[in-house]
Amino acid sequence: MNRMSRVEPIHQGGLAKYIIGYGLSLVFTAIAFWLALGHAMSVRPLIIVLFVLAALQIGVQLFFFMHVTEGDGPPYHAALLLLGMIFTFAVALMSMWIMAFGTNVSY
Amino acid sequence: MASVTSHLRTPEYRSAYQALKITGFWVFLATDMLLFGCLFATYLVLRTHTDGGPTATQIFDVPGFTLETFFLLTSSFTGGIATWAMRSGRTKLTVSWMLVTMLFGVAFLLLEATEFAHDVMIGATIGRSAFLSAFFTLVGTHGSHVSIGLVWMFLTMLQVLKRGITPQTARKVFVVNLYWHFLDVVWVFIFTVVYLSGVVLS
Repeated sequence: MNRMSRVEPIHQGGLAKYIIGYGLSLVFTAIAFWLALGHAMSVRPLIIVLFVLAALQIGVQLFFFMHVTEGDGPPYHAALLLLGMIFTFAVALMSMWIMAFGTNVSY
Repeated sequence: MASVTSHLRTPEYRSAYQALKITGFWVFLATDMLLFGCLFATYLVLRTHTDGGPTATQIFDVPGFTLETFFLLTSSFTGGIATWAMRSGRTKLTVSWMLVTMLFGVAFLLLEATEFAHDVMIGATIGRSAFLSAFFTLVGTHGSHVSIGLVWMFLTMLQVLKRGITPQTARKVFVVNLYWHFLDVVWVFIFTVVYLSGVVLS
C-alpha cells in the first residue's frame, strides 16, 4: 500500500449529526447541573436521575461522535466495549456493596 | 499487508490493515475503562473517609468544574468535526479543527491545574485523607490521559500537515479522536460521581 496515496474524499454530509450530538450533550449536562446544584428533589431519586443523564451522555458520545455502529465486518468492537462496561460497573458497584458490610461506607 | 479495499467506506476503513488497527484501539478503550472502573470503585468506597479534613463540599468549586465540563464537552464536539473534515478529505480543515480541539483541551487542563493548586493551598493535599487520595488519583489519572491525548493529537496533526489525508493518517485522526471522545465519557462519570454527587450528598 502506498503510504503517500491520497484518499478520494467522500462528501457524505453528516455534520448535522455532530451538531445534534453536541446540542444533546449540552442539554443533558445543563439538566444534570441544574437539578444537582438546585437540590431539586430528594437525594436518592436525584442520584438515579443524574446517572440516567450520564448514561444518555455516553450514548450521545458513542453513537453521534464515536461511530460505534460503523466498522469493518462484525461488530466485535461493540461486543468488547459492552464487556468492558459490564466489568467496569461490576467492579465499582460490587466494591461499594462489599465494603458496606460493617464499615462506615455510606451513600 | 492486506490489500482489501473498498471505496464505499469512509477513508479510515478503506484498508483492512487500518480497519484492524481501529478494532485494536477499541480493545484498548475497553481495558482503559477497567482502569477507571478500579479508581471509581476506590473513590466510592473511600468517599466519606475524610479523617476530619476537608470534605467534598469544602473543596469543590462549582463554577470551576462547570467550566471544565463545558470545555471538555466542546472539545469532544470539535474533535468530532475534525473526524468529519478528515472524512471529506480536507487537510487544512482537519488540522484547524484539531487545533481548536487542543485549545479547549489546554483550557481544561489549566483549569484543573488551578483547581488542584487551590486545593493544596488550603491543605487538601493528596496525603491528608483517604478521600483526598482517592479523589486526586481518580481525577489526576483522567487529567494525565488528557495531557497524553494533547501530545498525541499534536503529533497526529503534524503528520496530517506533512502527508495530507492518506489511509494511514485518516486512521490516525480517527483513533486519536476516539480516545478524545472516550476521555469525555470518563469525565461525564467524574462530574456525576465525584462533583455533582459530592454537592448533592453533602
